[in-house]
Amino acid sequence: MTSLLAVEDLGATGIREVLRLADSFVEVSERAIPRVPALRGRTVATVFFEDSTRTRLSFETAAKRLSADTMTFSVSTSSVNKGESLRDTVETVAAMGIDAMIVRHRSAGVPWQVSRWIDASIINAGDGWHEHPTQALLDCYTVRQALGRDDPFPGLRVAIVGDIKHSRVARSNVAAFSALGARVTLVAPPTLMPPSLEGWPVEVSHDLDAVLADTDVVYLLRIQAERMNEALFPSLREYSARYGMTRERAGRLCSSALIMHPGPMNRGVEIAAEVSSLPNSLITRQVTNGVAVRMAVLFRLLGAPEASEALVAHA
Amino acid sequence: MPELFLAGGTVLDATGTRRAHVRVVDGMVVETGDGIEAGPRAQVLDASAAVVCPGLVDLHTHLRQPGNEEAETVESGSRAGALGGYTALVAMPNTDPPIDSAAVVRQVLELGRASLCEVAVAGAITMGRAGERLAPLAEMAEMGVRLFTDDGAGVQDGRLMRRALEYALPLGITLAQHCEDASLAAGSVMNEGEWSSRLGLPGQPAEAEELMVMRDIALARMTGGRLHFLHLSTAGSVAMVGAAKAQGLAVTAEATPHHLALTESCLSGYDPNFKVNPPLRTERDRAAVRRGLADGVIDAIATDHAPHTQEAKEMPLDQAPPGMVGLETALAVAHTELCSGEGPLMSLAELLAALTWRPAAIAGLHTRHGGPIEAGRPANLCVFDPTARWRVDPEAMATRSRNSPFGGREMTGRVRHTIRAGEAVVIDGQAQR
Repeated sequence: MTSLLAVEDLGATGIREVLRLADSFVEVSERAIPRVPALRGRTVATVFFEDSTRTRLSFETAAKRLSADTMTFSVSTSSVNKGESLRDTVETVAAMGIDAMIVRHRSAGVPWQVSRWIDASIINAGDGWHEHPTQALLDCYTVRQALGRDDPFPGLRVAIVGDIKHSRVARSNVAAFSALGARVTLVAPPTLMPPSLEGWPVEVSHDLDAVLADTDVVYLLRIQAERMNEALFPSLREYSARYGMTRERAGRLCSSALIMHPGPMNRGVEIAAEVSSLPNSLITRQVTNGVAVRMAVLFRLLGAPEASEALVAHA
Repeated sequence: MPELFLAGGTVLDATGTRRAHVRVVDGMVVETGDGIEAGPRAQVLDASAAVVCPGLVDLHTHLRQPGNEEAETVESGSRAGALGGYTALVAMPNTDPPIDSAAVVRQVLELGRASLCEVAVAGAITMGRAGERLAPLAEMAEMGVRLFTDDGAGVQDGRLMRRALEYALPLGITLAQHCEDASLAAGSVMNEGEWSSRLGLPGQPAEAEELMVMRDIALARMTGGRLHFLHLSTAGSVAMVGAAKAQGLAVTAEATPHHLALTESCLSGYDPNFKVNPPLRTERDRAAVRRGLADGVIDAIATDHAPHTQEAKEMPLDQAPPGMVGLETALAVAHTELCSGEGPLMSLAELLAALTWRPAAIAGLHTRHGGPIEAGRPANLCVFDPTARWRVDPEAMATRSRNSPFGGREMTGRVRHTIRAGEAVVIDGQAQR
């Protein structure tokens, strides 16, 4: 594998490998000096055409802890504002001499286009509504860690709630959780579902209350207020009343159920403020684990194969 | 102009098929037959193992001039057309400025005068193609314009479309509609359905096209106006147009080679060369369009040749402009898809009907194009080798743009020569000027 564009590129075996590699990098992250020389001499560029706080920081931290050199490109300070084309921009960055490019863009498919133009490994850090594979990997990792078993996924009941239609997190998580054997249910009003679910390994519900009791993981998606203007739902208040994770709904979950959110949260809309800080909420751990999982992805793409075996054996 | 002698071919036109040489003098066919001989100074072109047919007529070409000469000019587009076997092109009016007045009609006709194809013009239905006020249809009709369209957009306002159809009645012109309900199609990148859902791209449903087809059939019935449906792409549209024709309404329709050949799954690699409007649809839609053509519900194959610069087609998929070049591949693609392989859908004669005489009649070009190949007729001809195999190479095309969805594909059937008004403008696949 030379690039990570979609969860599908990894398959179930690849996902499991990344999760196990991440175990050893979690251990690295807990050291006094959380740094290993695994990618010394390698250069990793983050090329973000869309604002991001946590994903960019997480990738850059991961690269630094692997001793890679990092380069940062962000649209607000770049010549994209002077009208430079996408292709010229990424070719310019590639010409600096890089081994991997981490790309985020608000348009679906850009990492595929970029991969046809440059030779470096491409990691998709989010493309439009399409995919965000490292988010799905860190989510799977966090569930596995919270449940304390190497393979807790077969039969695990995962409900993804909210704006599925416009969510790259949802698409990648459906692919990852179902590849690992989990049973995924999508919960949303019909207007926030993709127009067709042909070929998706999911069940569908429009009634959050009906699925709460039978769910092991509730994954809440961010609702964007501008969706109201597209007549997708009448108001945030009505959305929240029907699909929000209120304190009361959280109380009806089974005691071992986990609550997740990719951030940034709209407290009081898709999730009540007090729910986000419940002990079974994994939201902060998702962020923490993001670094180790991205170290695993970078290492798997750029590390020497023998180093990979040694590292896993050591762990 | 020297005498031209097309030797050893099979002549195929609306009257039938026969083995015959064709002699052309001063732009006219002067003699055809098995036993005739070339004159002493004749330029002899080999037509053996090939079909000599009327030159192709494209109802739907974007020549981009004036305004976007980076992507195409009348000259380069006509050369591409000639290489594809076309002798006449109808230039679409979505130029900059748009073709919505006699002055711009004159400008484009003037540019086309010396080009390798005859260039006819389609005028806009509304001023600036803005869908608000009628363009001077009569003024443009007096200059010979026979087709009017706001192509690139449909006329959204039902009352305005009704008035246009009524006003057009005594002018003997045809209105051509790009059927797309703007509100249902807003922001779309591809067909809405299985693939748009999977790829995370905003789609437009088949209903965006079908609602306007439905409305316009009602308006055609109400006004008695003549209406042509551009680039039909859905099973529902084909069914409705079939029913309208069965009721005797004066409607015609076209389909593009790419809707006959490709489906929405082509977008899976996010290549903007597969972004087009109307979008590539489902396999079921593709099958219905093919069947509609075979059944005669769809009268013509039209390219919707839509050149765009490389820079434009390297933008992210949702920002890249829709459109594909098609003039240099249309006949080969249609022939490969419909007449070759196991269980061909139609005969070569039926295919050529959809590419020559039927579109010539719709465009009002039938006095010079698409007619029988016999003495006394203008010599606008194509010599097509139906067995030649070749691979499409966008880099080798004559169009100024490279946005072909067929790059690398193997084709069966190739244009050998093109004769425009008695001049051999393409010989052995090479443009002569």
